[in-house]
Amino acid sequence: MVDQSIAGQVGAMMTGEGDRSGRARLVIFLSFVVLVLSMLLSLTSGASDASAVRVIHGWLTGAIPVDAALAARDQLIVYDIRMPRVLLGVLIGAALAVSGAVMQGLFRNPLADPGLIGVSAGASLGAVAVIVLGSTLLLPLTVLFGTFALPFAAFCGGLTVTLLLYGVATRQGRTSVATMLLAGLAMAALAMALTGILIFIADDRQLRDLTFWQLGSLAGATWQKIGSVGPIIVLSLAAMPFLARGLNALALGEATAGHLGIPVQRLKYTAIIGVSAAVGASVAVSGGIGFIGIVVPHLLRLLIGPDNRYLLPASALLGASLLLLADAVARTIVAPAELPIGIVTAIAGAPFFLWILLRKRGVIDL
Amino acid sequence: MIEARDVSVTLGGKRIVTGVDFGARPGEVAAIVGPNGSGKTTFLKALCGELAYTGTVTLNGRDLRAMKPVEVAVQRAVLPQATVLSFPFTVREVVKLGLVGGRSGALPGEDSRLPERALARVDLEGFAGRFYQELSGGEQQRVQLARVLCQVWAPVLDGKPRYLFLDEPVSSLDIKHQLIIMNIARDFARRGGGVVAILHDLNLTAMYADRIFVMHRGRLAATGAPQDVLSDDLIERVFDCRLRVGALPAGNMPFVLPQSAV
Repeated sequence: MVDQSIAGQVGAMMTGEGDRSGRARLVIFLSFVVLVLSMLLSLTSGASDASAVRVIHGWLTGAIPVDAALAARDQLIVYDIRMPRVLLGVLIGAALAVSGAVMQGLFRNPLADPGLIGVSAGASLGAVAVIVLGSTLLLPLTVLFGTFALPFAAFCGGLTVTLLLYGVATRQGRTSVATMLLAGLAMAALAMALTGILIFIADDRQLRDLTFWQLGSLAGATWQKIGSVGPIIVLSLAAMPFLARGLNALALGEATAGHLGIPVQRLKYTAIIGVSAAVGASVAVSGGIGFIGIVVPHLLRLLIGPDNRYLLPASALLGASLLLLADAVARTIVAPAELPIGIVTAIAGAPFFLWILLRKRGVIDL
Repeated sequence: MIEARDVSVTLGGKRIVTGVDFGARPGEVAAIVGPNGSGKTTFLKALCGELAYTGTVTLNGRDLRAMKPVEVAVQRAVLPQATVLSFPFTVREVVKLGLVGGRSGALPGEDSRLPERALARVDLEGFAGRFYQELSGGEQQRVQLARVLCQVWAPVLDGKPRYLFLDEPVSSLDIKHQLIIMNIARDFARRGGGVVAILHDLNLTAMYADRIFVMHRGRLAATGAPQDVLSDDLIERVFDCRLRVGALPAGNMPFVLPQSAV
């Protein structure tokens, strides 16, 4: 009810009655502006006093710096540390938010989130398996896929959980919320237990690699990591807009979507594979970062409504901004040390999730 | 023409529909009647391609099984009994979903105005900005009908008739809107389309249907024009209820028939 009254107030600004597309375009434009500002902020702020403005100015004008050593250090910090981190933040924020929105459309439920229902946990399991067993049991995988082995394994882990979940929770086109959340809980617990076993048998060097998995972080972003997961995320994000109309129709139920001419089975499998790939790739480089996938689409639905043609691009932009801002908080609040970004998103996101639950208590029959 | 031959449907190991032959012609309203649980909705779902069936169903001469969802959607639209929406769409947004297939058949450039026109037809003018979930059951049903009308706005497209499948379209409507909706169906058929409707009200059925298909325990019990089918005998046999067709209530007991609408 609350979101409807808020939407109703904003609705007074609508041009055509019940047509929120104009407002949606405006929100997308504003989200884009916010994203550009967030990127600039991330690029210019950090633990060191390196000046991104000076570096960029140097690139643009080709001016010879007064202090060559300082300029080289600044350039290194901006180009090799901050820039990949900003790009990775954009990719992962967009991937998580869009994956959340698509999953919610697929499960026909605003509470579906890759982090909450075990998809991220499954992806983590896949990634940890490659880190720990990559030189022994899973050697063929590492040899075959090279730097893509990690994201690929994470994708497989996420895909397995999503397929199982969909099979368990959906009966005759109707998804039971209770079954979905509880089955997701069970699968997350199982994946975490298996991950625990892998951590138990890991050696010291692997343990160091693993530490950031538990926390979720954008630290350690490199151009090489962007090269290995960037294409996967960009590809799966590029596929999502083609699902938008189908997901809209799916809001009427699977049967009705079929009557409208939507190839429902193909839609479902494309969505599941796309979400698993995007989440898998994100988890492979940054560990589990929660709540972006549920907070961003929910906020946007209050503003522009549930039409996926606008919701998906807006989620990508806002998700990217939000993750960059969370990262900015994470790396400045206890500088020169830094907080894992997963902690920041959880502190903000968990109460938000509770708020949604409380508001929808009547709707969600658990 | 929609033709079904020897159609049977089994759900969860139980045979629900057995060997039904059916035909809906363009220009006609075909009504399916029968008691609760007689397999009407299940049969309609088979006709829509929503449920697996044995036997054959053809849509304008083509085997339904060989057609893609998008091809089927061009030729027929389906109104389910009730539709639960999972996100807060406005009425206009719901109606617009009918245009997802992109072949409403309206004149070029008219598609953007279609939701309002469809809403006006179902007597929901001014409801475009409301939230679907806030509406009453009967209003929601009419919104869904407006959506369905958008999908097959022109009853004939590329020289081929199109069809409306309506599962109890008037079940939660007041008498005024029952008449409005049935007149929309009648009009759709008059302009060259075909209508298949599951109905419960035998008076409305007699008034609007060209052909009646009576279902009983998953089988076709009778078929034909209303005046041939609706007999004391059939009603007693199928509905298990001793009623007299055309009998007036005794004394000054009031009765109101839809046929008396002026």
